[in-house]
Amino acid sequence: MDFFRAHVLVCGGTGCTSSGSQQLVQRFEEQIKEKGLDKEVKVVHTGCFGLCEAGPVVIVYPEGTFYSRVKVEDVDEIVAEHLLKGRKVQHLVYVDHVTHESSVNMALDEIGFYRQQKRVALRNCGVIDPENIEEYIAFDGYKALAKALTEMTREQVIQEVIDSGLRGRGGGGFPTGKKWLFGYKSQADQKYIACNADEGDPGAFMDRSLLEGDPHAIIEAMAIGGYAIGASEGYIYVRAEYPIAVKRLKVAIEQAHAYGLLGKNIFGTDFSFDVHIRLGAGAFVCGEETALMNSIEGKRGEPRPRPPFPAVKGLFGKPTVLNNVETYANIPQIILKGAKWYASIGTERSAGTKVFALGGKINNTGLVEIPMGTPLRTIIYDIGGGIPGGKKFKAVQTGGPSGGCIPAEHLDVPIEYDTLIEIGSMMGSGGMIVMDEDNCMVDIARFFLDFTVDESCGKCTPCRIGTRRMLEILERIVNGKGEEGDIEKLETLAQNIKATALCGLGQTAPNPVLSTLHYFRDEYEAHIKEKRCPAHHCQALLNYVISDKCRGCTLCARACPAGAISGEVRKQHHIDTSKCLKCGACIEKCRFGAISKN
Amino acid sequence: MPDMREKYVQLQQAIERHKGEPGALMPVLQEAQSIFGYVPIDVQEIIADGLGTTLAEVYGVATFYAQFSLEPKGQYVVGVCLGTACYVKGSQKVLDKLSEVLQIPVGKTTPDGRITLNATRCLGACGLAPVMMVNDEVYGRLTPEQVPEIMAKYR
Repeated sequence: MDFFRAHVLVCGGTGCTSSGSQQLVQRFEEQIKEKGLDKEVKVVHTGCFGLCEAGPVVIVYPEGTFYSRVKVEDVDEIVAEHLLKGRKVQHLVYVDHVTHESSVNMALDEIGFYRQQKRVALRNCGVIDPENIEEYIAFDGYKALAKALTEMTREQVIQEVIDSGLRGRGGGGFPTGKKWLFGYKSQADQKYIACNADEGDPGAFMDRSLLEGDPHAIIEAMAIGGYAIGASEGYIYVRAEYPIAVKRLKVAIEQAHAYGLLGKNIFGTDFSFDVHIRLGAGAFVCGEETALMNSIEGKRGEPRPRPPFPAVKGLFGKPTVLNNVETYANIPQIILKGAKWYASIGTERSAGTKVFALGGKINNTGLVEIPMGTPLRTIIYDIGGGIPGGKKFKAVQTGGPSGGCIPAEHLDVPIEYDTLIEIGSMMGSGGMIVMDEDNCMVDIARFFLDFTVDESCGKCTPCRIGTRRMLEILERIVNGKGEEGDIEKLETLAQNIKATALCGLGQTAPNPVLSTLHYFRDEYEAHIKEKRCPAHHCQALLNYVISDKCRGCTLCARACPAGAISGEVRKQHHIDTSKCLKCGACIEKCRFGAISKN
Repeated sequence: MPDMREKYVQLQQAIERHKGEPGALMPVLQEAQSIFGYVPIDVQEIIADGLGTTLAEVYGVATFYAQFSLEPKGQYVVGVCLGTACYVKGSQKVLDKLSEVLQIPVGKTTPDGRITLNATRCLGACGLAPVMMVNDEVYGRLTPEQVPEIMAKYR
């Protein structure tokens, strides 16, 4: 095997790929070859490093130098200076947004963003080349499968997962080991194990990053699960919108076959296992387990009534155990290091770590993995670096369209499945969208209902019609046509939909409305009673005004398509609000900052 | 048109490849969508015959999923992400600007058949919000002001 004195790791996650990391890899390879370093320095295209804000990201080892927002033009300098002469390129090194501290003399885990993280599920993401099975094996890959198959009984594997306290990371939080036990107990000539990679929650991209950064871990975990419950076949249902993830999964499955880690008689035992990939086709409801199974069967992705539960009668009518990608990513570590080790991380009711996708109005957008029980404040301020532009924090949205908005007063709540439900939200798959004072909470509720109405499969009436009625009311409110009694109507509809919808999508659809009503009722009331949007967001409720900064240049009057602006040259102009369309054309033209919305 | 005949041959091959495998309809529809760019009724009829199912079944599935289109799409498909992270960072304004610049409503194609404008679900590139895609090209950290210049490349 070749020995390399330095490694250049280039992030190949979706965010960095979008900003051109593929071209960086090419340029590095060309330059390294040109300088005759190709026997000494290796370029690795890895999975996601997590700190998407700084992308495209390049890390040079052994020093662990963290270069951020690297452009193709910068590559030559890094090769000539750092790789050839051993001098770090100071001006390209990542600088912390908040402390303005350069990371030039820091190891990766000393950087503010990484300091408080604990990477269990993400441990290989950004470290190994996901398209090379040997790198995975070098990091203990497939060792857990070997241990399970050759040293443990099926019952022992299930007991280990039960004892670890691992709960479903797709959002429901059902104990994984228990689910496996149900599958194990079902009697049938064929059983299936399936992986839910239909990551539909807007703002969540951890499953994508795991599949892109460490696909073998998921395959290994599915094989372990297959052994435990007695399934010889597995299905991965992955969104078609994730082409890189699909490609790397295909490569990984091929390689695992070539190494005898999938197929007949794995590790010389009588256990045989194979994995198939099925692509989603753009339907959010397919993230619901019974809908997902219908979709794999080639049908409309509508949920089925339960019982029978999938562990009894699932895919193709056979017992099926379905887990989320992130849940699987924890399994090999649990088998290798033991249930006790895993249960020692996190809290009593929520063991282990959880990956969150930080987005919205936050400095460090990206993927973070933290022990359960970490307070929200730590994630948003210490890891996330706080709110940009000196704005005020208003709420953090978790749980996607099924979740809720958490206000500042609950920032010190430790993150656990149960505590999040207590404060009116939920864990969900781990999307965490931060909102500041400029975001209108009524409009956010409208945004989520718009999503649910569009994604409702139409099978049951409460979801199909009920969510539409809620959306109509919300649209009325943000358009300044809210009426007395609208809030009460929303509440009644919400309770009825929660109680009667067929599947999780419908039952949780009213949550964004209920949680914003609970914490931000005053914003709803301001819209309805005072026809005012406190966040100055809702167009229909804004009034444009010209202040005394106006020099009377007439640019705005000429730009106004409605002829709503009048005034004499060199004198302060005036907007006729009854004619104003609120298009904002005047603001774009004004050179004196004299026009504002309120 | 020989080009068209070639596409129907590819469709037949896709049907043969998946025939008999459990849940074959979805992968066949996905291949049909990528071969033709959409799945018109005659293509659905061929799939129904080939897989030994009914047109009603195929149509039911084809209309359920957002990925399958019954109408042809433009040469360039612009998809603006309306995921939560992009939305709170103003992707609606980007979408509105596109609609204004292209002079088409969301979901429609320009009369010359070049550009289709769509609002999409979360693209998972939340770190670059607000984001849009033009075919496979991703544009991140967008502002409405950048829209006319970007669109000029595709007209």
